[in-house]
Amino acid sequence: MFLAIRELRFARGRFGLMGAVVSLVALLIVLLSGLSSGLVNDGVSGLKSMPVTAFAFDAGTKTDNAFSRSVVEESQLEIWQAFPGVEAASPVGAGMTNATTEDGVQIDLSLFGIVPDSFMSPNVSEGSTISGLGGIVVSETAKSDGLELGSIITLDRLDTQLEVVGFTEGQATFGHVDMAYLNIDTWRLIASGAAQPGVPTQDQVDALDFDVASVIAIQASDAEGLDLAAGDLQATTTAVPLKESFNSSPGYEAETLTLSMIQMFLYAISALVVGAFFTVWTIQRQHELAVLRAVGASARYLLRDSLTQAAILLVSFTAIGVAAGVGLGSIMPDGMPFALEPTPVLTASLITIALGLIGAAIAVLRISRIEPISALGGQR
Amino acid sequence: MSSAHNLETVLRFENVTLELGDGDSRVRPLDSVSLEIARSEFVGVVGPSGAGKSTLLAVAGALQSPDSGSVRVLDQELTEIAGSQGKMAKFRLRNIGFVFQSGNLIPALNAADQLRLVNRLAGGSSAFDPMPFLEAVGMAHKAKNLPRQLSGGERQRVGIARALVTSPGLLLVDEPTAALDRARSQQVVALLAEQSRTQGVAIMMVTHDHEVLGHCDRVLEMVDGRLGAFQPATT
Repeated sequence: MFLAIRELRFARGRFGLMGAVVSLVALLIVLLSGLSSGLVNDGVSGLKSMPVTAFAFDAGTKTDNAFSRSVVEESQLEIWQAFPGVEAASPVGAGMTNATTEDGVQIDLSLFGIVPDSFMSPNVSEGSTISGLGGIVVSETAKSDGLELGSIITLDRLDTQLEVVGFTEGQATFGHVDMAYLNIDTWRLIASGAAQPGVPTQDQVDALDFDVASVIAIQASDAEGLDLAAGDLQATTTAVPLKESFNSSPGYEAETLTLSMIQMFLYAISALVVGAFFTVWTIQRQHELAVLRAVGASARYLLRDSLTQAAILLVSFTAIGVAAGVGLGSIMPDGMPFALEPTPVLTASLITIALGLIGAAIAVLRISRIEPISALGGQR
Repeated sequence: MSSAHNLETVLRFENVTLELGDGDSRVRPLDSVSLEIARSEFVGVVGPSGAGKSTLLAVAGALQSPDSGSVRVLDQELTEIAGSQGKMAKFRLRNIGFVFQSGNLIPALNAADQLRLVNRLAGGSSAFDPMPFLEAVGMAHKAKNLPRQLSGGERQRVGIARALVTSPGLLLVDEPTAALDRARSQQVVALLAEQSRTQGVAIMMVTHDHEVLGHCDRVLEMVDGRLGAFQPATT
């Protein structure tokens, strides 16, 4: 480290420029990581918080937008309810809707119709859970649209009125839209188009001949032991574990794949840029390294010294980039889906450092090929 | 360093031959070279460019192995360790000092650190003090200067101090006056001669500069790979 530190100090301009590039890459990776986590949360935070082992969609439903596309019947639900290993199975109705608040604010809601008092009932941070036909529990993030306990929202076109009776614990969004849990009977009124203006009534529900749902939520005590394929065969469904069901959220797969790809490119750029820098740096020092080899320095000593130099550069400037990214992340506008979570940020930082080190290692390997004899004579 | 330093002969070449290149470009920079340099002896080697002077230094310095013949430095036959770069490097580090053209100092290290680095490479004590070595070459007052802050002569002085850090038995000097004016050339070579006497080190200096040969105990001439006594041109 003796030589490494002195060279870092001596060529601080060159290392500073290189470090700035590493910091910028780290900053971008942190921002992408935050954006990635934010988008994931925005897309599926509602699903993530559900106490569900798997969702069963109607067989043959296209994966993208499967929640609103799928239609399951009572008979399929009954099969899953009786299936071995299933603790509970409950119908869920899903769909997007537009609504207007009392203040005239136009909002979008992702409606999730559930059976009140079932395992699907959301935990609330404020208010109460769903009981009657007109109450909804909305995502805590919907407060930014001016919603509060007791607020009445009116669904567009139908003029059906629903009252906010509770807020979920934390963010509950689906497809980047705030979720609203409501009674599945009310959801059926809305989905069938039979909902009337005003507050939904039991008479309307009783008169409705529409007992379908979108998907079946399955809860099992032993997730590993649950034979989803066998259940699918009996119920003519396509059941997927909760995590896989995220891909059925609108745009989820496209977004995460795009961001992952950009992140991969940044990792590659980081490794290449650091590798290129150390290649040039080693070439510039070639004669100096030949002198050291002639004096008696082993190639291993010089390789270790150069790698230490790369590690100091990468760790310190990645830390600066991450700190700047975290700082920037804290002032992101509310509308931007951005969430900094320690694990992805730490993982991304470590990958940046590790790949940079690999790039540097490949570059400085040329040290072992430097001939000490080139320190002599006119070969300068 | 070792008891070997007490040996009278520090460097011995016996019938050393080395050929380089292939086909038509094949040359013989060392052709049956025999040579002995004793402790405290300062030997100058002159000769035209391409005569084999640098190759002579490289072979004596365990940087290159000959095709045939014997090369012994102190009590080590170099051809015996020629197959191992690691052993050659370790031997150089402990027994052979190099003084290069223009000093060839590490740009990032100040004068004192140039010496500290060599001490560290040789596994020396962390309490190593470079000042006595710098004082011996008259550079103690510039211990904290970087190479770019030193003149050509000063760089060479630091280079000489660096080469002596491990108390080598043999000092190999490559064109030490190549980048110096006349006065500084004389000072630097006089310093080398002084070190040879006071430190008991054997010195082989390759040079084009005939004006500094007066400091040498013996001068040899290399022509087409053959080494012989120097015959100064008479005018």
